[in-house]
Amino acid sequence: MPKVTVDGQELEVPAGATVLQACELAGKEIPRFCYHERLSIAGNCRMCLVEVKPGPPKPQASCALPATEGQEIRTDTEMVKKAREGVMEFLLINHPLDCPICDQGGECDLQDQSMAYGRGATRYHENKRAVTEKYMGPLIKTIMTRCIHCTRCVRFSEEIAGVDEIGALYRGENMQITTYLEHAAKHELSANVVDLCPVGALTSRPYAYEARPWELKKVPGIDVMDGVGSNIRIDSRGREVLRILPRVNDDVNEEWLTDKGRHALDGLTRRRLDRVWIRRDGKLQPADWNEAFGMIRDAAPGDSIAAVHGDLVDCETLFAAKALLKAMGSSLIEGRQNGMVYDTSSMAALNFNSGLSGIEEADCILIVGSQIRYEAPLVNTRIRKAVKRGAKVFIMGPEWETTYPVTFLGNDLGGLNDLSGDLAEAMAAAERPAIIAGGAALARGALGRLLALAGEWKLLRDGWNGFNALHAPAARMGGLMLGYAQAGGMKAIADAAPKVLLSLGADEMDYAPFEKSLKVYIGHHGDKGAHAADIILPAAAYTEKHGTYVNIEGRVQRSEKSVFAPGDAREDWTILRALADALGVSVGFDSFDELRSAMHREVPSLAIDGLAEFGTTLPAGGGEASGVIDAYPVKDYYLSNAICRASPTMQRCSAELLHGEEVAEAAE
Amino acid sequence: MLADKDRIFTNVYGFQDWGLKAAQARGDWDDTKAILAKGQDAIIDEIKASGLRGRGGAGFPTGMKWSFMPKESKDGRPSFLVINADESEPGSCKDREIIRHDPHKLIEGALVAGFAMRARAAYIYIRGEYIREAETLFAAVQQAYDAGLVGKNACGSGYDFDVFVHRGAGAYICGEETAMIESLEGKKGQPRLKPPFPAGAGLYGCPTTVNNVESIAVAPTIMRRGANWFNSFGRENNKGTKLFQISGHVEKPCVVEESMSIPFSELIEKHCGGIRGGWDNLLAVIPGGSSVPLVPAAQIKDAPMDFDGLKELGSGLGTAAVIVMDKSTDIVRAISRISYFYKHESCGQCTPCREGTGWMWRVMERLREGDAAPEEIDMLFEVTKQVEGHTICALGDAAAWPIQGLIRHFRPELERRIGANLPEAAE
Repeated sequence: MPKVTVDGQELEVPAGATVLQACELAGKEIPRFCYHERLSIAGNCRMCLVEVKPGPPKPQASCALPATEGQEIRTDTEMVKKAREGVMEFLLINHPLDCPICDQGGECDLQDQSMAYGRGATRYHENKRAVTEKYMGPLIKTIMTRCIHCTRCVRFSEEIAGVDEIGALYRGENMQITTYLEHAAKHELSANVVDLCPVGALTSRPYAYEARPWELKKVPGIDVMDGVGSNIRIDSRGREVLRILPRVNDDVNEEWLTDKGRHALDGLTRRRLDRVWIRRDGKLQPADWNEAFGMIRDAAPGDSIAAVHGDLVDCETLFAAKALLKAMGSSLIEGRQNGMVYDTSSMAALNFNSGLSGIEEADCILIVGSQIRYEAPLVNTRIRKAVKRGAKVFIMGPEWETTYPVTFLGNDLGGLNDLSGDLAEAMAAAERPAIIAGGAALARGALGRLLALAGEWKLLRDGWNGFNALHAPAARMGGLMLGYAQAGGMKAIADAAPKVLLSLGADEMDYAPFEKSLKVYIGHHGDKGAHAADIILPAAAYTEKHGTYVNIEGRVQRSEKSVFAPGDAREDWTILRALADALGVSVGFDSFDELRSAMHREVPSLAIDGLAEFGTTLPAGGGEASGVIDAYPVKDYYLSNAICRASPTMQRCSAELLHGEEVAEAAE
Repeated sequence: MLADKDRIFTNVYGFQDWGLKAAQARGDWDDTKAILAKGQDAIIDEIKASGLRGRGGAGFPTGMKWSFMPKESKDGRPSFLVINADESEPGSCKDREIIRHDPHKLIEGALVAGFAMRARAAYIYIRGEYIREAETLFAAVQQAYDAGLVGKNACGSGYDFDVFVHRGAGAYICGEETAMIESLEGKKGQPRLKPPFPAGAGLYGCPTTVNNVESIAVAPTIMRRGANWFNSFGRENNKGTKLFQISGHVEKPCVVEESMSIPFSELIEKHCGGIRGGWDNLLAVIPGGSSVPLVPAAQIKDAPMDFDGLKELGSGLGTAAVIVMDKSTDIVRAISRISYFYKHESCGQCTPCREGTGWMWRVMERLREGDAAPEEIDMLFEVTKQVEGHTICALGDAAAWPIQGLIRHFRPELERRIGANLPEAAE
């Protein structure tokens, strides 16, 4: 713990801290552009210069200088002030004065810091540099003349995303940041460089010229595009969500967000269900709520009613539906739409036990049946960190393009029965071994075998639980906690032949077995579920309601309502509450708060923000694994749910980035 | 004047063959085993005692630099010696002559220095434009391998030492030690942040020392003839002999080995046949390669050509690349051209140099024509001060100093041009 003095104020800083961090601890603001906590230190913007004694008689880049015992740091001297003014002047001489038409305006580091540390007028009378635009794909708009060469984007794609796509060309003032051969940046985290860019060189293409930051209402939310539960900030104006940005949460998403979580939002205003529809003579026709409720009442379901939930719903909706079915005397609830069946008696066996940040500590990881880059891109970055620390990774399943070195073990799950070879040796030698069981493994009944392996490899040890299940849908953990699982899975629901089937935004299920049922779709998008439905009750999307979500590591998080649902659409729980009245049963709550407290009484861990307790033991498991993993659950990353299928941006990403179609640049 | 018997580079003019046989006849590779047998510490102590200062420009004591290398590898990392033959400073041409005509001095020096710092191998990074020189060097290294002088059991000493030659791609900045390491690793040649210093984590993250060709090439001779012989030349703190490269307006431009601290006038008179048009025709001298400030004629004449002597004049010895300019020189244009060079060679990594070099050059171009306001001279000086000392490597300083030297010594000339331009502008 070295002791340093910052502007006369003495303080102790953690060992290994930099001078910049020491200054921040002392409450001094140090301007910076290239420095970023989560990226390697480049030290190239020279904005963070401070005076340090002992040292050479010139200002030092504080971001790159280790704080050592007895250092005297000054941030307020004439030398420092002049150095900052000088660097700021250099940054500005070739920066265009186009702030009025720049999308970064209002949240631009260069703008803010030039106000605070600049000299106020220019002395540069030569011509300014101009740089040709670069194409970086459908999500990133470039105005490279504004670039100040901080190389944050370069370091992000190299270090965090693990894809060497962005780099610098040429030398000196001709240096340009570009993607490899000007191809689009093709990975699931590409749009994060927009946040990282301190100026307006990289801005959001779909959001271009939409709004100014000060016009936006900002509401904290939870991302539902994958099971990670990334913390997001939903920026809206009027009734429209205009932008989604990540919030910092070191335990979950750090400060990154997937491209889907960020840019599927234009799907929220398209293909929306904004009125009630009833199928008459094989055709969906507009109707009103009373008609729809009447039809359901007339079906007289009694206890022959079932509910299937989709991938995006919140716990409150799930609980309201469950309460309704319970009042009717039914317990036919299920959420594993694609028909997978596995033992749900122990939540510990279905949880990401090592935790999202914990998996970074693992030193040997076996991934079975998961295309993690598609199913949970932010878990992939964590695993990449683990690999950088020396972890070995083995993957069973079809090969995919990883962002770190791995050993592929083939597609045959039978390989799990044979305990010899590199994998077993690595697991035996590992101090923190981990298994990640993906959807494709769970679907093929490998859970028992993997649990048995967890026992053999001692995945449970002091302060470490290395057994992890990875679910792609955001609603899965909440659904399982609320009991949305039948022993026989979807087949059990179909076999029960319910008179009424409530589909809570279930767009991935097969409706064919339910031909005889009255299919009521409660959801927000005109997707597969709505096409199959007999009655459509328009509901709210995740930005339009308060909701509780549980992510794959069992973290209970709450999202807030940002905008109102369009047209006649209502929040899901109110629909279910009204339906209870129509069916003449009581669900025991009349308000959202009552619903929440009823839910908390039933599943207490949903009441507490943070990790739910699933116990510290794993079931023994057992049995042999068999079968072949021929495909992963997420086939098209950009089109994996109803919202992104409705999103033009995601459609374009899918077409261009995954299917390689040349999308002609719209003439600008 | 240095006696012929005291010259280290006895074939600097290429009157004899560069090959191994001829080199051995000149005394290279003579019982190198015995030098190595003295032991690592003895070699470093001898170099320290000789007072040899780095010949690449900065003048850091070579022996001390070697002593920073770890004595034993605690984690199994090997150590490396990197030899900087990326001689790109305008005016410098000494490494070229060494590699052309005396490559075995360099290779033997690589072994001696590499052994002293316990290096596993030496990488010689040669400037891309030195095509024939690189061919010679490749051939010379092959000769040394074939003769068992380097490689496994080098010179029969029991020490394994490899020498690799790597050709640069034409970037001046790759002559900066950490940029050279980046370039050797196959990356874009951009200087690294220090700390960590190369002696702690350099090439491929291993302890590395980067030395100039001349510093390495003189080491075997110092070991043979002793530190006392070497430090009998030159003034205190500026010992030894040095290759001076005199170009520009002298009668006979040349590369010559001379004792350190030789007065400028003696250097010119003895070896270069005097200034073109006589001493009265001398305008200014850039004594150490393009990156040091110029010195006007009056001050340079009797100055001792060494690190400290030139530092007192506000300039530096640099690589001892003496650029002589007589009164026919358009001095502003000359400095402006140097500015253009640094603008062209800035790596673009850090802000002051990337943006500042272009700005300085553009103002210099206007000053050349006089198309500027008088106060812009002060502004330009301030801009150079904003670049100097604010960058990762020394290229920013190197770009700033020539302009500072110009403004310090030739301000009246700049003002005259502005004044002469004004009436024209009014027309």
